[in-house]
Amino acid sequence: MDPRYIGQSVRRQEDDSLLRGMGKFVDDLAPHGLTHAAFLRSPVAHGRIRTIDTTFASEVPGVIAVLTLADLRPVLTSDRLPVQFKSDGLPPNIGPYILAKEEVVYVGETVALVIAESRAIAEDAVALIDLDIEELDPVTGCHQAVQPGAPKAALDRDSNIFAQFEMGYGEVDQSFATAAHTVSLSLVQHRGGAHPIEGRGVLAHPDSLSGQMTVWSSTQQAHEARGFLIELLGLDETLLRVRTPEVGGGFGAKYLLYPEEVSVTAASLLLGRPIKWIEDRREHFLAAIQERDQFWDVEAACDASGKLIGIRGTMIHDGGAYVPQGVNLAYNAATAVPGPYDLPNYKLSVQAVATNKVPTIPVRGAGYPEGTFVMERVLDGLADAAGLDRIEIRRRNLIPASAMPFSTPLKSRSGSGITYDSGDFHAMYEQALKEIDLGGFADRKAQAAKAGRLRGIGVACGIKGTGRGPYESATVRIGKSGKVTVFTGAMPMGQGLKTALSQITAESLGVDPGDITVVCGDTNTISLGLGGFASRQTVVAGSSVTVAAKAVREQALTIAAGLFEADVGDIELVDGMARVKGTEIQASLKELAKIAGGSPGYSLPTGVTPGLEATEYFMPSGLTYGMGVHAVELEVDAETGAVTLQRYVVVNDCGRAINPKIVVGQIHGGVVHAIGNALFEFMGYDEQAQPTTTTLADYLMPTAPEIPRIDVHLAEYPSPLNPLGVKGVGEAGCLPTAGAIVSAIENALGSKNQLIQRIPVMPQDLFQFIQQGKQTDAA
Amino acid sequence: MTNSAETLHTVTLTVNDVPHEARCVARQNLADFLRHDLQLTGTHVGCEHGVCGACTVLVDGLAVRGCLMLAVQAKGRSITTIEGLTQPDQQLGILQEAFAQHHALQCGFCTPGILMTLVEVLQDDPDPSEMALREALSGNLCRCTGYQNIIDAALAAAAALRKNQK
Repeated sequence: MDPRYIGQSVRRQEDDSLLRGMGKFVDDLAPHGLTHAAFLRSPVAHGRIRTIDTTFASEVPGVIAVLTLADLRPVLTSDRLPVQFKSDGLPPNIGPYILAKEEVVYVGETVALVIAESRAIAEDAVALIDLDIEELDPVTGCHQAVQPGAPKAALDRDSNIFAQFEMGYGEVDQSFATAAHTVSLSLVQHRGGAHPIEGRGVLAHPDSLSGQMTVWSSTQQAHEARGFLIELLGLDETLLRVRTPEVGGGFGAKYLLYPEEVSVTAASLLLGRPIKWIEDRREHFLAAIQERDQFWDVEAACDASGKLIGIRGTMIHDGGAYVPQGVNLAYNAATAVPGPYDLPNYKLSVQAVATNKVPTIPVRGAGYPEGTFVMERVLDGLADAAGLDRIEIRRRNLIPASAMPFSTPLKSRSGSGITYDSGDFHAMYEQALKEIDLGGFADRKAQAAKAGRLRGIGVACGIKGTGRGPYESATVRIGKSGKVTVFTGAMPMGQGLKTALSQITAESLGVDPGDITVVCGDTNTISLGLGGFASRQTVVAGSSVTVAAKAVREQALTIAAGLFEADVGDIELVDGMARVKGTEIQASLKELAKIAGGSPGYSLPTGVTPGLEATEYFMPSGLTYGMGVHAVELEVDAETGAVTLQRYVVVNDCGRAINPKIVVGQIHGGVVHAIGNALFEFMGYDEQAQPTTTTLADYLMPTAPEIPRIDVHLAEYPSPLNPLGVKGVGEAGCLPTAGAIVSAIENALGSKNQLIQRIPVMPQDLFQFIQQGKQTDAA
Repeated sequence: MTNSAETLHTVTLTVNDVPHEARCVARQNLADFLRHDLQLTGTHVGCEHGVCGACTVLVDGLAVRGCLMLAVQAKGRSITTIEGLTQPDQQLGILQEAFAQHHALQCGFCTPGILMTLVEVLQDDPDPSEMALREALSGNLCRCTGYQNIIDAALAAAAALRKNQK
């Protein structure tokens, strides 16, 4: 039977309330007796706290409490947060403090919090806390961190190195001996932020009736947050519930339990009052996680035909001041280098180091864009060295469809092998070239040249591991009301997940997707969950939902067969009814649910089990990989260094689109986020590691005029690894973007003497690059 | 609630055609006043420094950043917020409907400011070009959508509104 709901761009069930201004985000919640928190944050990147004098702050009318770590200790089991991803071999003393103890290690670190009757009063009082700090030398960059005699980013650690490891396979050094062409690159990939338009926020709400603390958080991980909160506060699952209201974007910044969430909840336990803290944008710049810096020094070799022989080198990753989550970001970046290409030999030495800057964990893309950028720069460099066309060298190195499934010798951080499960990379590549009309490019370039503009084209590829396990939860239930409800630990933050899961459920139960309620991010409704990260939710939660929904379907059919005295095979579920096909013999799901609910003291009908309900925890055997090709045309103003994007084509494998409109929307968002990283977004710090870009007027996110139309084509090579055949797309759009753009810039400039090696490429950087190119060309 | 040392000012204004009177301190901005004093939480606050545009509302028909205007400055004014876009019969307005049709919102947090900005734009120019719309939205940040579907929704809404005018 053809799918009725899967594959349709059905209307999103999320939209109606949001479009009426009726969606409830965390700052929209205002329980009776609400109080407000504001944090005193470290004004210096590194220092030793001498005293925190709260006398004057406490005297401000309307202030309820001014709290330091010592004040919270009665309800805490630890001063520090744990490392939140399982990570072997990390040194001690790397978790963030809930409030600073004796030392501060980045600007923005939480030092104390004020609880007051209004946010304004709390902020007034924060300004009156007398914080006496002895400033210490900061570690301001990765390279400084590992120099002998460098200051230590934190005094209680033996070293600035969090982790170092080797990634790779083959015989790299021997392979270079056979090289026809080589290239050396020193690539710098700069820090960037997540910047959801809604910042972080938390409301701790103690309920005197139930005795339960409810923590409403704008988070990507309700169940994980609950797990760490009960551990840090010495509670259990019956005493603490985490709920998520509407979440205004996450992009990685909300896949972490932060000191703010713990300290606000602790303060609420101490004071017995509801307390809300809403991050402002300055705080997001100072204290929400960021991604990178990364410095890559790599050499690459190819044979005379341009076939890759090997890549070797080093990467140093700025972990920031603490390791709140693990070193997965550096690990992902290192494993992402080969991408969709056949790379026979690879060796990378990685160091993740401490600096006195805000910690880094994955932002949308999670290291894959960095590894992808490296490979794409390598291919451009080798093409130039070999005198080959840049588009042709990629064609020669893409893994052929005949090699699928293709196992690389690398392992993902879960320990499972990295195997590209399906796809025809060459077909996708050729499609992208066709869609951007490569054949017509020369004419367009000539036309632009006549008008004095430099036009260039760039093509890049990437492949994203999606659908991380180990599982996601889903319960599908038809209640006695007849209403179908789905409960899951998966967590939406804008993706339209509820709509997608409702479509998957509807397919099995024959109910309109708009009539299905999907409940996410409430720890009281389902026991386990891992939440929203790693482009995983439709893959893993979607699979759990489809398995559970099919089980409920079987239950419903069994009851209906007994009721109608018909064969199960003769019954269909349509429009909320079970019906004997081709007849008017039917019963509503509500009637079936009542039968399954039973009657006190009476037996259920033969073969019927209690309830129309099933719970599933789908466990993927490995990541499913979706490949993407980006082709971009742009123009460069050689006088100013300004770049204007003209055309942008994406071909991306989504396995199977549950809701094509949503899938395309995810790609749009990923591409534009990565355009920001490639051209605009620069998180500045001065020589004392003091952030210098702490407004959205200084840190430039892409706005509508800079963005061209993005022409997305979905390829659907079903994954064999899950029952829906889907691959994740949440991050896919981020991967090849920077590589394609810088390649196009160089193509526009026409200089093959140098390669752009640093992103973002801002106009002032490009202007300098152009000037240097003129000098090199002249020499 | 407020610091007892601060003077409270009475603000009378109209929001979505409903008259309101409330007392607030001089330093309170219009967005916070709408959200916390009038419980109209559809207006969102994304940066509090006038760049992201999420808090945009109409003041006497003109798009204004609610975080850059004091509530006391709104005395006697007529304000329109996202809550005012829904039709009296509870149907979505043409622009809202176009957003749903074109998947022009994902998380929906920036959406109120974008809708209010577009209401003004479409009043001023019933037949805007794509580039004019992109320029008009240059003061509204969206991290989810990449803007394209917003532009498509606005173009569709403009066409539908023009048809209605005829």
